[in-house]
Amino acid sequence: MTPQFLAESSQPGSLGYSYRRHLRERFIEILLFLTAFVSVAITLAIVVMLVKESLVFFQKVPVWDFLTDTQWTPLFDDAHYGILPLVSGTLVSSAVALLVAIPLGTIIAIYLSEFAPFAVREIAKPFLEMLGGVPTVVYGYFALLFVTPLLQKIFPELPGFSLLSAGLVMGIMIIPYVSSMSEDAMRAVPMHLREGSYAMGATRIQTAIRVVIPAAFSGIAAAYILGVSRAVGETMVVAIAAGMQPNLTWNPTEPAATITAYIVQVSLGDLPHGSIGYQTIFAAGLTLLLITLTFNIIGHILRKRYREVY
Amino acid sequence: MRSTKNLQEIRLIIARHKRLDLLFMVIGVLALMIAVLTFVALFAHMLIDGMPRLSWDFFTSFPSRHPRSAGILSAWVGTTLVMLVTAAAAVPIGIGAGVYLEEYAPKNIITEILEINITNLAGIPSIIYGLLALGIFVYQLGLGQSILSAGLALALLILPIVIVATREAIRSIPVAIREGAYALGASKWQTVSDHLLPYSAAGIMTGVIIGLARAIGETAPIITIGALTFIAFLPPSPIKAEFPFLSFEWLTAPFTVMPIQMFNWVSRPQEEFQFNAAAAGLVLVVMTLTMNAFAIYVRYRMRKNIKW
Repeated sequence: MTPQFLAESSQPGSLGYSYRRHLRERFIEILLFLTAFVSVAITLAIVVMLVKESLVFFQKVPVWDFLTDTQWTPLFDDAHYGILPLVSGTLVSSAVALLVAIPLGTIIAIYLSEFAPFAVREIAKPFLEMLGGVPTVVYGYFALLFVTPLLQKIFPELPGFSLLSAGLVMGIMIIPYVSSMSEDAMRAVPMHLREGSYAMGATRIQTAIRVVIPAAFSGIAAAYILGVSRAVGETMVVAIAAGMQPNLTWNPTEPAATITAYIVQVSLGDLPHGSIGYQTIFAAGLTLLLITLTFNIIGHILRKRYREVY
Repeated sequence: MRSTKNLQEIRLIIARHKRLDLLFMVIGVLALMIAVLTFVALFAHMLIDGMPRLSWDFFTSFPSRHPRSAGILSAWVGTTLVMLVTAAAAVPIGIGAGVYLEEYAPKNIITEILEINITNLAGIPSIIYGLLALGIFVYQLGLGQSILSAGLALALLILPIVIVATREAIRSIPVAIREGAYALGASKWQTVSDHLLPYSAAGIMTGVIIGLARAIGETAPIITIGALTFIAFLPPSPIKAEFPFLSFEWLTAPFTVMPIQMFNWVSRPQEEFQFNAAAAGLVLVVMTLTMNAFAIYVRYRMRKNIKW
C-alpha cells in the first residue's frame, strides 16, 4: 500500500472537502478555547472590578486609616472606615468554625477511610455529601432559632446574636468539605504502605496516625485550606445569627459583624451607585478576597512541599 | 521462664493497643453521629415549626404583611426562572471548557494558567461573585436587578463545578475508544461529539445537577445584586398567545427567590414569620436534597452499568 493510496482513501472527496473539514475543526477548537477562557475572564473581571472601585474609595479614605482605625461606621454622620472590627468578626467566627470542623472532619475521615466497614462507608459518604448540599440560609435559621436558644440554656448571659453560635453551625456545615477531601487523600495512599505497617505489628490507629496521615498530608492540608476559605467567605449564617453590628472583639460570645455580613447589610439597603457607601462594599470585598487568597497560597505551598509521589 | 514473662508482657501490650483501636472506633462513630444528629435536629426543628404552614395556599400566595396569608408563589417562580438562565449559561460554557482542557489543550503555560485558575475560582467566596455581578451585569452592562443578572451571577459561581465534572467524566473514557474513532477516519470533533460526549453524558449531568442544587440555595450573591425582598407579582410569562409565542421580557423583570424569601422571614422579629421561614426552608431543603440524591443515584447507576 502506498502512502498515496492511504491519503486518498482516508479523505473522501476532493481537496476542498478536506480543507473545509480542517477549517471546521479549527473553528470548533477556537470556540472551545474561548469557553475555557471564560474562567480566566471571570478572574480578571473580579480583580479589575474590586480594585477599580476600591481605588476610588482609597482616594477618599487613606489606606492607613482603613487598616488601623478601630471603628467601622461608614453609614453614620461621624464616619469611620477602619476594617479591623469586620476582620476580627470574620476571624473569630472562622476560628470557632474550624475548631469544630477540623477535628471532627479529620476523625470522620480517618474512621471512614481506615476503620468503617464497607456498608457504613457507602451510607455515610452520600449522607455527608447531602449535608454539604443544605443551603446556607437554612443553617442560618438553625443557628439563630435552635442553637442560640440551646446555648442560652447553658450560658444564660449569651446574647441573641453571637459569633459563637454562628461559628458552631458553620463548623458543622464545613465538616463534609473537610472530611470528604481528607478521606479521598487517605484512600489514595497505596495499600502496600499499610500492609508494611501491619506486618511490623502496628495496629490500625497506629498505622493511620504514623503512616497514612503523613503520606496523605498534602491532600489533608488542601482540605483544611478549603475549610478555611469556606469559613472566611461564609455569608448567610453569620449575617443571620451573628448580628450586623461591627464590633472590634476577640470574644466569641459577643455579637459582631463579619466582612460578608457587612456587604449583605449594605446590599439590603438602597445605596446609590457611586456613593461612598457603595464603594465600601468593594473595599470590604477586596479585603475578603485577599484573606482567602493568602490562605490559598499557603495551601498551595503546603501541598507542593509535602506532596508524596508513589 | 524469661520468655513466658515476656510473652505475657507482649500480650498485655497487644491488648492495650487493641483497646486503643476500639476506643478510636467509638470516637469515630461518635463524630459521625454528631454530624448526623445535627442534621436530624435541623430537619426536625423545621418540620415542627414549618409543617403546619405547608398547604396548597402557601405555594399559591404572594408574600404579605400578614404572616398567615403569606406564601412563596413569587419565590418559587423566581427560583425556577433564575435556574433556567443559570443552566442555559453554565452548561454550554462549562462543557466546552471541560472538553477543551481534556481533549484539545496543548501542554503549555496557557493551559497551566487555565487549570490553576479554575481551581482558584472554586475557592472564591460566593459573595464576591455577587459583587462582580453588581458591578458588571447590573451597572456596566445595564441589565439591572433582574432575573438575567441573577442567573448569570449564579452561572459564574457553578461554572467550576460543571467544568470539573465534565473533565472527570471524559477522562474516565478509555483511550481505546478515541483510537478506534480515529482509526475509522473520524476527526477530533467527530470523536468528541459522537463518542466522548454521549458516553460521558451521565457524569456531566451529575455535575450539572449538583451545581444547580448549589445555585438554588445560594443567597449571598443575589442579595448583593440588590434583589428586592418584597415582590407581590409574577414576572411576565415566557409564553405568549400571539406570534412568536415566546417572550423574553421576564429576563429583565425584578424577582425574588426562595432563599431570599426565607432570609427575609427569618430576620423579622415576629414569631409567626419564623414559622413561614421554617416552611420555606423545608421546601428549599427538600428541593436541594432531591436534586443531590438524584445526582448521587445517577452516579451510582453509572458506576454499576458501565464496564469498559
